[in-house]
Amino acid sequence: MISLPEPKPAVMARRAEIVAGLQALVPGDGVISEAVRLKPYETDGLSAYRQPPLAVVLPTTTEQVAAVLAYCHANGVRVVPRGAGTSLSGGALPLADAVVLGLMRMNHILEVDYANRLAVVEAGVTNLGITNHVAADGFFYAPDPSSQLACMIGGNVNMNSGGAHCLKYGVTANNLLGLKLVTIEGEIFEVGGRYLDAAGYDWLGLLTGSEGQLAVITEVTVRILHSPEGQRAMLAAFTSNEIAGEAVDAIIASGIIPVALEFMDRPAIHACEAFAHAGYPLDAEAMLIIEVEGSTAEQDMLLGRLKEICERFAPISLKVAETAEQSLAIWKGRKGAFGAVGRISPDYLCMDGTIPTGQLPFVLKRIGEMSASYGLQVANIFHAGDGNLHPLIMFDANDPKSFHDAEQFGADILTLCVEVGGCLTGEHGVGVEKRDLMPVQFTPFELDQMRAVKAAFDPDWLLNPAKVFPLEGNAAFQTAA
Amino acid sequence: MSETLLPADEPAVAAAIAAAAAAGEPLAIEGRGTKRALLRPVQAARTLSLRKLSGITLYRPQELILSAWAGTPLPEIEAALAERGQQVVAEPPDLTALFGATEAATIGGLVATNLSGPRRITAGAMRDHVMGIRAMNGLGEVFRSGGRVLKNVTGLDLCKLLAGSHGTLGVITEVTLKVLPAAPATGTVAVRVADLTAAVRVLSAGLGSPYGVSGAAVLPGEHPLAVLRLEEFPESIAYRAGRLRDALAGMGEVSVIEDAESRALWRRVRDAEPLEAAPEEAIWRVSVQPTAGPGVVAALGFGKSLLDWGGGLVWLAGPATAETHAAVMAAAAAAGGSFTLFRGPEALRAAVAVLPEEPAALAAIGRRVKAVMDPRGVLNPGRMRAAG
Ligand SMILES: Cc1cc2nc3c(=O)[nH]c(=O)nc-3n(C[C@H](O)[C@H](O)[C@H](O)COP(=O)(O)OP(=O)(O)OC[C@H]3O[C@@H](n4cnc5c(N)ncnc54)[C@H](O)[C@@H]3O)c2cc1C
Repeated sequence: MISLPEPKPAVMARRAEIVAGLQALVPGDGVISEAVRLKPYETDGLSAYRQPPLAVVLPTTTEQVAAVLAYCHANGVRVVPRGAGTSLSGGALPLADAVVLGLMRMNHILEVDYANRLAVVEAGVTNLGITNHVAADGFFYAPDPSSQLACMIGGNVNMNSGGAHCLKYGVTANNLLGLKLVTIEGEIFEVGGRYLDAAGYDWLGLLTGSEGQLAVITEVTVRILHSPEGQRAMLAAFTSNEIAGEAVDAIIASGIIPVALEFMDRPAIHACEAFAHAGYPLDAEAMLIIEVEGSTAEQDMLLGRLKEICERFAPISLKVAETAEQSLAIWKGRKGAFGAVGRISPDYLCMDGTIPTGQLPFVLKRIGEMSASYGLQVANIFHAGDGNLHPLIMFDANDPKSFHDAEQFGADILTLCVEVGGCLTGEHGVGVEKRDLMPVQFTPFELDQMRAVKAAFDPDWLLNPAKVFPLEGNAAFQTAA
Repeated sequence: MSETLLPADEPAVAAAIAAAAAAGEPLAIEGRGTKRALLRPVQAARTLSLRKLSGITLYRPQELILSAWAGTPLPEIEAALAERGQQVVAEPPDLTALFGATEAATIGGLVATNLSGPRRITAGAMRDHVMGIRAMNGLGEVFRSGGRVLKNVTGLDLCKLLAGSHGTLGVITEVTLKVLPAAPATGTVAVRVADLTAAVRVLSAGLGSPYGVSGAAVLPGEHPLAVLRLEEFPESIAYRAGRLRDALAGMGEVSVIEDAESRALWRRVRDAEPLEAAPEEAIWRVSVQPTAGPGVVAALGFGKSLLDWGGGLVWLAGPATAETHAAVMAAAAAAGGSFTLFRGPEALRAAVAVLPEEPAALAAIGRRVKAVMDPRGVLNPGRMRAAG
């Protein structure tokens, strides 16, 4: 279990006054303080952790956000920014003495500019909402996390989220132009703009993936792209993880960078097949889903080459989609992976490490051994092109030992990822979940250097505190550590 | 001549910085010093050169990862990558001619200045491909950020903070880059038009198409030439060039430039050669939304400009005077964009703001970050702004 700092007694004692203070700034129904209505905000995508906040405030303008932050700053109140609350690392988990600052009412698309290929949107617009808004004109917003129906652009920016197609199009950071933000003191300003590469420090880059530690983002200028003419997938299944790994290497070496290159291990194939009946080969040890883009002739050319490459590795199944429907069928199982695992097991933890791709067979072998020794099942989904590994650890939340073991198993996997040259998180963020593992990847000095940058934005550690950085060794949380 | 320190390994770099910090004696930080004339002159009696910290430390083509010491010359990296059919994605310019340098730039310097070429518009900036760094702060304390994998959101991204900080926040000793296969073929669709506005309209149409344009520039002239690059397998080049040709036919006289000639053309664009800046002229880079590029050129009224990045990157060359600089600043601000005084005589660079001012609250954060990273103020003082 991960510890959270003691609530500040002075803040807890002034709860009614603080709620009234916030109500004055965000009138109408913008402040929530009754226990039943706080319930939906007590957790996020890491639902094993729950904590109702002091209050929730739902501003509708940047000015209101600034007023709320200035008030909290003046009163020493902690603030947890929140988008849709789909974080899988507990990034949006409240604290008992914190105000949750929800951006969901700031959900307007302010402008779309096709000549300059950009859109200006409020932080609470959903990821898919942007694409849906421009799709009729042939455009899309490229990063596509699996949670894209729900998750919001402000959350995406703060987690630097990726998606199945980021091998070609990059992650959130590669698709942003500018941000409007508010500091904890309530100062409003913009970084970047409607153009590339602002001169001066790269504030846009630093803020992306900062997990609500530095500022609250209220508007985002994103790049939008014209959609490709079409896309199509193929499936290739192999007799071992090693062989599938070699096939991935051969694809990359051929100079083809597919738009997506997804790897599933045997348990993942079985879980997804049972759920989606996608026609996955159940005798395979490992399976790849590979997608390419372009005109029909270009797709044929690329898929033909990829097929030839895969044939060199004695696949036990090789299916190239002939039509868009067949392509969707290939994706169907993979896209339903979370639901599929959820059907086998009442609860699961979705881990998110990255490893050098060449280490995949070794890492999967070690995970298999750990799974046996913990007595917990695991299914592995892997973004093979970029090394981002998602082990789904299945456990029973009603059994405290099962939960404890699952957390320990997850920590062992992430430690292994770091040992083989990788990192703790590729796209889900550190949040509270991996906070206490940070010393596995960073030296005490490296952590201090990052903490000092955080403090340059938020000297009193009021913004999303107790996340990302271990409490131990942090002067701001002396009493809690 | 000022003294130059030439440490040959990382501990020696750290020792040099620690000593400078202890003595409160600032250092000018450089790779091979090819971009000394970029931004403001540094206020330091001594120079710390990373040139001896050189060599590729890791190259895994299948993992699309390459690491090198900061002082490694770019051509050495490009040659190693070319052997495996790969390339530095951001296409950094070779500015030796522009800056009158006699040597090639180092990878550390390119990251610290975050310089990207034409491919920036589709493939990202130099900083987007920095997967990891080793660096030290202004006390000589070593830290890493990122790593050697392609996807990493663990902790604050100090790689981004250092890329583009021009050596003022830390000294980069090693960089790890994401690299990608180089396309086997290239081709360019060129459209002759009446003026810059029409040219940017062509570029917007090309970039707003499904054909994966990877370069979009305007070659200056009485009748400017809008050029759109494709980088693909040969079969795709033929197909896509044909489709673009059809789509743009109504906008001007269209031609297609084949592989070898196309490569030469984009090398020239990358290195800003079509700007034809005279040696005594100052050079600016202005970044605006693409459709505003022609307006910036028109507002200034000098003959010399080159538009890249779909019209959003405006290279300008003109008289090296404070008045011209003020006019560039005003034009960039009016277009809602950013500017850099990219080259100019030392006196001019020392006298003016070479980068836009930041909002007061952000500038205050910037000063706090600088104080955190370089508490004694020894790293490249004065390089970006008069104070710090
Ligand atoms: C089923 C499922 C599938 C998923 N698939 C993917 C995937 O494919 N790829 C991927 O990368 N992630 C994935 N995620 C994780 C999650 O969806 C992303 O991290 C997402 O970006 C979070 O967005 P959100 O709006 O829900 O943010 P929240 O969870 O509300 O917040 C995320 C973090 O950002 C901060 N924050 C939110 N908004 C702001 C703001 N405006 N200003 C400052 N800080 C803010 C919060 O404090 C928190 O630290 C998945 C999650 C689920 C549940």
